[in-house]
Amino acid sequence: MSPASHSLIRDAVQNVSRRRFLEGVLSAGALVVAAQVFPESAWAQDAAVRTRAQASPLNPTVYLGVDTDGTVYIVTHRSEMGTGIRTTLPLVAADELDADWKRCTIEQGLGDAKYGDQNTDGSRSVRDFYDAFRRAGASARAMLVSAAAAQWSVPASECTTANHEVVHRASNRRLGYGALVPAAAKLPAPDPDTLRFKARDAWTFVGKEREIYDLGDIVTGKAQFGLDVFRDGMVHASVEHPPVLGGTIKSMNDTETKKVRGVQQTVALDTFTAPHMFQPLGGVAVIADSTWAALQGRKRLSVEWNDGPHASYTSDAFTQQLAATVQKPGKMCRDHGNVETEFAKGGRVIEATYTTPMAAHASMEPPAAVAEFVNGKVTIWAPTQDPQTVQATVAALTGIDKKDVTVHVTLLGGGFGRKSKPDYCAEAAVLSKKLGKPVKVTWTREDDLKFDFYHAAAAVYHKAAVDGRGKPTAWLSRSAFQPIQSTFEAGAVYPDSGELDLGFTDLPYDVPNIRAENGPADAHVRIGWFRAVTNNFHVFASGSFADELAHAAGRDPLEFLLDLIGPGHVLDLKAQNTKYQNYGAPLDKYPLDTRRLRRVLEVAAEKAAWGKRKSGSGWGMGITAHYSFNSYVASAVEVEMDGKGGFRVPRVHQVVDCGVVINPDRVRAQMEGAAVMGVGLARTGEITALNGRIQQSNFHQFRVPRMNDAPVQVDVHFVESGNLPTGVGEPGVPPVVAALGNAVFAASGTRVRALPLAKAKLG
Amino acid sequence: MVTLNVNGTARTFDGDEDMPLLWYLRDDLRLTGTRFGCGAGLCGACTVHVNGAAVRACQTPLKSLAGKKVVTIEGLSADGSHPLQRAWAQHNVAQCGYCQTGQIMQAAALLDKTPNPADADIDRVMAGNICRCGTYQRIRAAIKTAAATPKGTRA
Repeated sequence: MSPASHSLIRDAVQNVSRRRFLEGVLSAGALVVAAQVFPESAWAQDAAVRTRAQASPLNPTVYLGVDTDGTVYIVTHRSEMGTGIRTTLPLVAADELDADWKRCTIEQGLGDAKYGDQNTDGSRSVRDFYDAFRRAGASARAMLVSAAAAQWSVPASECTTANHEVVHRASNRRLGYGALVPAAAKLPAPDPDTLRFKARDAWTFVGKEREIYDLGDIVTGKAQFGLDVFRDGMVHASVEHPPVLGGTIKSMNDTETKKVRGVQQTVALDTFTAPHMFQPLGGVAVIADSTWAALQGRKRLSVEWNDGPHASYTSDAFTQQLAATVQKPGKMCRDHGNVETEFAKGGRVIEATYTTPMAAHASMEPPAAVAEFVNGKVTIWAPTQDPQTVQATVAALTGIDKKDVTVHVTLLGGGFGRKSKPDYCAEAAVLSKKLGKPVKVTWTREDDLKFDFYHAAAAVYHKAAVDGRGKPTAWLSRSAFQPIQSTFEAGAVYPDSGELDLGFTDLPYDVPNIRAENGPADAHVRIGWFRAVTNNFHVFASGSFADELAHAAGRDPLEFLLDLIGPGHVLDLKAQNTKYQNYGAPLDKYPLDTRRLRRVLEVAAEKAAWGKRKSGSGWGMGITAHYSFNSYVASAVEVEMDGKGGFRVPRVHQVVDCGVVINPDRVRAQMEGAAVMGVGLARTGEITALNGRIQQSNFHQFRVPRMNDAPVQVDVHFVESGNLPTGVGEPGVPPVVAALGNAVFAASGTRVRALPLAKAKLG
Repeated sequence: MVTLNVNGTARTFDGDEDMPLLWYLRDDLRLTGTRFGCGAGLCGACTVHVNGAAVRACQTPLKSLAGKKVVTIEGLSADGSHPLQRAWAQHNVAQCGYCQTGQIMQAAALLDKTPNPADADIDRVMAGNICRCGTYQRIRAAIKTAAATPKGTRA
């Protein structure tokens, strides 16, 4: 890659990295008059076909159109990876429009900046686009009402809407939306500032259970994921990547590969130029008539590699090193009061170090993409969380303009953060450009596990000075982990401050002296966002430590936690020498309010009947509450020891306060799934490296929960509030990890400070 | 040359007979409801029925299928009306949806043999099918709902 294109990709991608933490302001609320052209489905042959929303006469915003037959077209620009967002945001618009849901058709938007941000991560689709979709529905409704009022010669204020009709009660007249479209379409779109939204008691969809839009296609096998895309003349590629990050080809012999029936050729791919960002890893691509032939050809490939410096990476030693790092002072990232003065007083001090391994996303659909490069333009079909980053990455790597990269977003067979990094899409694009044919790149499960952007390995140290009742008067925390920043800045050993905000600098306890420090860590492999990101290990550590403090004081862990939180208040972290970014949300609109944290904890205790059954004798309950992604979740986890050193999780209670709940069923689903993933992460979620090579190849080695070892029952409860709606994709995971550790202690008497739990000797 | 039956249609395959059924279904027949998840028989995303038994298509070479009847999710019912498909909809089981076709095919084989499965039966038989979204409790509930569907209304 040329230096020029390198800087292009860096600019584009670094914006993405910062965006996750910094961006809170979007243009999405504005009513944009659509000018761009769109295909009518993700699999349309021609990118010049417009969305049906846009082709509809009444099209007040990029997100919505109404046709003369009354069909309401709603465009979702966020990616569907299982959260239900393709249903949730359209429900918001349909509600404000008073539409009949059965007459709403959902379309998937292409990658296009006109939609605002499309990077579907950070649990912020609802937080950032609730208003935009309300406005889309309210704008169309206002125009339809105006058209009806004019036709009836009555004031618009006398007209109401219900179930796809405008109604004038006084004269008992009504007109369907479709019939009003021609007149409404001639009206100017209303000034966004004059829009009136429905009163909460008039909401028809928001707050009600609704099945996901794609359910019928999913249960019949018709749902289309990235791997399900086929193009005429398409070839299949499977890529042998350098086993060590940054490795290059020393020598390659493809004689046997070419003997495989169906194999066409091999293509050597450039190793990335550092920093790697979302560039392909390099290696050798086997090109074949079919997926099977490509896989068989790859097995017969013989490649010798130059490994490079990361061959030094062995995870066991690395974790030891991380644990040593956090014993020493690090960079200050929060300073409140004076912990040193308190420690110097010589009172009782308690300290502990926690370590967690790397983990892989392991979405059920491995990375895959189809690219078709024709005449200097490329079309891509991919399961991606961020089509605009696909555009930026592919444009830079293939030397074309971003506007010449058309990205169709298919359904994603899971994402969890992995599919916000489009290296696999770029692989397909580079190969298609080289070969002059449509190319499908299919990653195997082995590729997925060995070449992930991993959840970082971490060590966290906590030290507290405690008073006579065991309550901390000073709390020092240190964290060191492989920084995501290394993905964007070659050799970075310190994270972006946003990585530290997640459950670390925002320790929410009422302690007069708090200090947080961060130590350096090399990355050695690609590190990326994993569902809930650094919250998982930060809260495992702080939630375990709080539990340890309670037990050290001989106090009930719940009572102790409530005392630690105190009566609650809005936590002003900016006043405590932090650069707190609050998940990219403005603190005035989305304050960290520990009264809400306290409330979810209280409800969890009540629902789980905390204290009714005494922990011990092989049964125990653990509890933790946490604020992340602007939502509040408490988890109460039950553990039953199996008498053989293992355990089962018969029940988890999840209590969530995410403000206004749009589709309760999908919030429940996210909390249920988070409980399963959290338990899996804590119990068996471990990726290890030896000499720079990842040691796990498939699900027999990287074990994820199955039906027979997942939590048996997850009960989800809501703390209803009128607060602004916030995300639920990630916040359910972190408290489960910590509460599980606490439950294991309660049941077995063994405090596990090094995950995974499966490696610990229990009881 | 292998002659087999897929979803009621006679098919003749003339290629590498070591190729797993998975790729024949997906790449050749474009029956993409059978998913690729691990390629090693470890996740169940590619579960189909061969002569009524649930098998992993990624571990089933075409040469083993001469004269056999293969049913995929596309052939489970004509219109999504199989009791399991209806129960899956009723419980809103799916999150991303990718593994669900394999889950349904595995559950269908379970109910054929064990019409009223206990929790332990469900856990044992379904343990080979991974759902990374973690929908297991709804899968279990949906299987029970389907099992309770009166026989006469089954597809």
